[in-house]
Amino acid sequence: MEFFFGSFVKIVAVVAWVYGLLRVMGNSSKLVKIVGIVAMFGIVQVAILVKIGDDAILNSFDTGLLFQACTMVMVALGLNLIYGFNGQFSLGQYGFYGIGAYTAADITYRWTNGQASGLIVAGIGVVLIGAVILGLNRFLSRFRGLPVLSAFTLYLIGVIVAGVVAYYVGATIGDALTPLFGSTDAPGILRSDIALQLVFVLAVLIAGIFAAEVAFLFGLPVLTLGSDYFGIASLGFTIVVNTLMVNTDTILPFPEMKGGQGMIGIPKVTTWFWAFAFLLLVIIVMRNVIHSSTGRAIMSVREDETASKAMGINIANYKLLSFVIGSLFAGIGGGVYAHYIGFLSPGTFDFIVGFNPLIIIVFGGLGSMTGTIVAGFFWMFFLEGMLRVLLGQMGTDAPTWRYVLYPITLLLMMLLRPKGLLGKVEWGFLRPEEVTPRRTAEMLNSATGVMPTVK
Amino acid sequence: MTNTVTTSSSTSQPLLEVRKLTKFFGGLRAVNDFDMTIQPGELVGLIGPNGAGKTTSFNMISGLYTPSSGEIILDGQNIAGLEPHEVTQMGIGRTFQNIRLFQNLSVLDNVRVAYHMHAGYSMIDAILRNSRYTARERELTEQAQDFLSIFKLERIQHELAMNLPYGEQRRVEIARALASNPRLLLLDEPAAGMNPAEIVTLMDLIHFVQERFGLTILLIEHQMRFVMGICERITVMDFGEVIARGTPKEIQANPKVIEAYLGKGAAHA
Amino acid sequence: MQKANSTQRSLPAVRTSGARLAWIGRGFLIILALMALIVLVRNFINNPLLFAQIVISGLQLGFVYALIALGYTMVYGIVRLINFAHGDVFMAGAFVSYFAVTRFQLHVWPTLIDPNLPPIVITVVGSITVILLSMAVCALLAVTIERVAYKPLRNAPRIAALITAIGVSFFIEYFGALNFVFSPRFIPYQRPFEVVTWYIRDGIHLVIDGKAPPDGSITFSNIAIIIMVVSILMQLSLQFLVRRTRIGKAMRATAFDKQAAQLMGINVDRIISITFALGAALAGLGGVLYAIAYPSINTLLGVLPGLKAFVAAVMGGIGSIPGAFIGALIMGQAESLTAGYISTPMRDAIAFTILIVVLLVRPTGIFGEPEKEKA
Repeated sequence: MEFFFGSFVKIVAVVAWVYGLLRVMGNSSKLVKIVGIVAMFGIVQVAILVKIGDDAILNSFDTGLLFQACTMVMVALGLNLIYGFNGQFSLGQYGFYGIGAYTAADITYRWTNGQASGLIVAGIGVVLIGAVILGLNRFLSRFRGLPVLSAFTLYLIGVIVAGVVAYYVGATIGDALTPLFGSTDAPGILRSDIALQLVFVLAVLIAGIFAAEVAFLFGLPVLTLGSDYFGIASLGFTIVVNTLMVNTDTILPFPEMKGGQGMIGIPKVTTWFWAFAFLLLVIIVMRNVIHSSTGRAIMSVREDETASKAMGINIANYKLLSFVIGSLFAGIGGGVYAHYIGFLSPGTFDFIVGFNPLIIIVFGGLGSMTGTIVAGFFWMFFLEGMLRVLLGQMGTDAPTWRYVLYPITLLLMMLLRPKGLLGKVEWGFLRPEEVTPRRTAEMLNSATGVMPTVK
Repeated sequence: MTNTVTTSSSTSQPLLEVRKLTKFFGGLRAVNDFDMTIQPGELVGLIGPNGAGKTTSFNMISGLYTPSSGEIILDGQNIAGLEPHEVTQMGIGRTFQNIRLFQNLSVLDNVRVAYHMHAGYSMIDAILRNSRYTARERELTEQAQDFLSIFKLERIQHELAMNLPYGEQRRVEIARALASNPRLLLLDEPAAGMNPAEIVTLMDLIHFVQERFGLTILLIEHQMRFVMGICERITVMDFGEVIARGTPKEIQANPKVIEAYLGKGAAHA
Repeated sequence: MQKANSTQRSLPAVRTSGARLAWIGRGFLIILALMALIVLVRNFINNPLLFAQIVISGLQLGFVYALIALGYTMVYGIVRLINFAHGDVFMAGAFVSYFAVTRFQLHVWPTLIDPNLPPIVITVVGSITVILLSMAVCALLAVTIERVAYKPLRNAPRIAALITAIGVSFFIEYFGALNFVFSPRFIPYQRPFEVVTWYIRDGIHLVIDGKAPPDGSITFSNIAIIIMVVSILMQLSLQFLVRRTRIGKAMRATAFDKQAAQLMGINVDRIISITFALGAALAGLGGVLYAIAYPSINTLLGVLPGLKAFVAAVMGGIGSIPGAFIGALIMGQAESLTAGYISTPMRDAIAFTILIVVLLVRPTGIFGEPEKEKA
């Protein structure tokens, strides 16, 4: 019962912390913003470090939940952008989550084993592929009515060429850098901790961008299918990615990933600082996109595609844009997750667990970023944290009971409050920017609200 | 407010010329050899019984359907087959038979979406929240608000579109179509579902819009009082073809038109 | 204050027409198709008997998928809902028959009446009873789910019903997996009748237990034949029902326009329940047959087959009954060919890749009709 009470307090504290963070970020004064963010970071960091009795206030179990919550929120926010704000039903988020995780993990794994080639190849690869995509995009926009399949073929060829070039160039450069690692006894400069931190950040970003590029290729033809079919296709994507994960050492040339057995030995570089930083990055980028003309265009696609077209909006472009950004977030989340847990297995990314982000965003409220964040933390701390342990104490059935109780909770939610916990409400920073009504003299004079007649 | 129309170089060149427009849906010919010419500044009506092909023609002009054959020439350029968003960018705005507002967005946001084409900043600017974003977003918002105030809608600018009464929704839809700065405005049954008092208000609004913005307007409508009262010229369709053209007076006296509407109520306003 | 943007206006029309470049995309697809064809033909030439064996195995799978896919397509056609729980009804069919056979010996109940009846009669009557019971229970299960979980959300946004369907599916799977219910283990399935295998070589011979069939022979079993015959029969019956009977007409009307159907005096609730029941009965039937063919069951049995059957329904054009059937056969073959010639793990991935390609070529599926939206 002590545990129950403690968990309850933690959940409330976490939600309050989220509220506080968003309030502080939403303050108009820059000073308050910065100090506040640092303070919010500090509160949690202190809780991790300071011990009361034997354990820290946030023990390792709690910290684990915290990190997982952060990554889950990143993934869920991405899905909310794609589905909640843009209206495209995607079940593929975990595919990109997985791609991000494995990509980032591989880069740092190779680095810690004295191979710079992972980072260099991947880095050059994403940059080259990105350049090809952007360049081809500009070139192809000169053609109107280009069939999507043809465009896709061209992009695919371009990406493959870029990838091959990146591989050869990167491998050469990477090999050239090997001496700088030194040996395990006499480590060179590249083996230092600072280097590892830098590589970690780069790896996560590269992984996110790579996921986004895959999303571009996949989304380009498939988004044209319409929301329902797109959902099925994206589910298929998750399954295909999962199959590839099981075969990373057979079909794909990544023996260190060990296919179905899972990849181990990933450096556990994720700290609260990094999790917080990347979470903040995702939140800020998402909010800035949503509260802008681009965001309104994205939402208009969800509301009414025909009307959106009539407003001069190329809906195919905006569906693709949302999908790409949403997958970027998922990829980043994957990178952060991989370096928290230290090992990866395909089972973590199968399509059944792939429903989690969907459940979270519906639970929190589809068009609400705050709702997703709160629901994500709540999910981790309440369901995965408290409930799991409670049920674990009840017998060996615990993992199964989770999957019985989640659906029941979900079903109750759907029947009682389909809008989700927070509906469309947003807190602090995430609230739409205030628009003050204009008051010109002309308006003040004719305040009757009657239409002028011109006859 | 200044006149915003970029007048075409030759005053005699029509703004919109539709030639031999035809649309097949499988084996069904919905529109057959539809011809029409509209001069800048005109207010033209397109009427006919249900199923005559009026909305199909609208959809072809605004790019939602691709014509099976024929040309649509806007100010000298053939726009047949363009994507709807491209047609809008070329300067044609429209409203819809069933109001298509962005239900979960506010009135202000509905109008701001129309400004997206001319937003003046990229997504990167928005993410970085740089000075270009702040300046342009404020400018955009003020323009939208001023625009709303022309239509006396600024009081409800923060209301969600779905919470508005029907008549106001119609007004917002027209305002939104205008905010995209069109040269030609297509109105699809703007008076649908309105009572006589609302129709009078709507007639005033359309006259006002035409004068204030110097617009060319083509509208579809069933309410004869409205059509006869407001349109300078009328084209009548039935079974996908044009059966009559002329002024309201001529149309009302035209036996073919009366026959097409036989039993459908007032062909006389 | 409004800027005139004449420069922007001419841009779209001036661009060159890209429609001419359609050959790039088409060429790409044709190359893919040719590659697949070459691989298939090569394998066929190398070992025609193995190829035939794989095709037979694919047919067996495909016809089972067809039974499941019919339910998906009918339900989607009528209520526009992806019934994620349908695969679990399939699983329930397997489990009901399992219990009927092991606990109640239902597959041999005629012996209670007269122990001296010829064994073939006992087996046939008993097995049919087991199957019918499974179908009935599954139908009941589906109708219950529909009434309790889906009906209240019929006018709610689609996502609510979808999430509910996912929730129901998870609930059934994992509730069954609890230790005091079925447990998550794989349970060896006891067949209601014996599976007999024959091999073809110089005529048809019986495969004897323990003795492997000789090289160069194709094997097939009675269950494969039963599956194919039953599936085709069901498909034809369903087509007849939907096209020629009053209930079928009511179902089509409801699928077309629920409100109009109601105004015409059709009891829409009843029709929806009937649709669910029919689909579930077929899925339950599929479950029993699948378990007989692959006698190892567990509560997650319906997940992948359900998914593949749904993909099959989409591939064939959701809402189209012959489409679901064809799609299912394609899925079965794709899976079998991949498992046989590439590798077993890849078989699930290939199926989805085929779906995506089919949808790109025909966005509404093979027999699908595009939904026309009036502006």
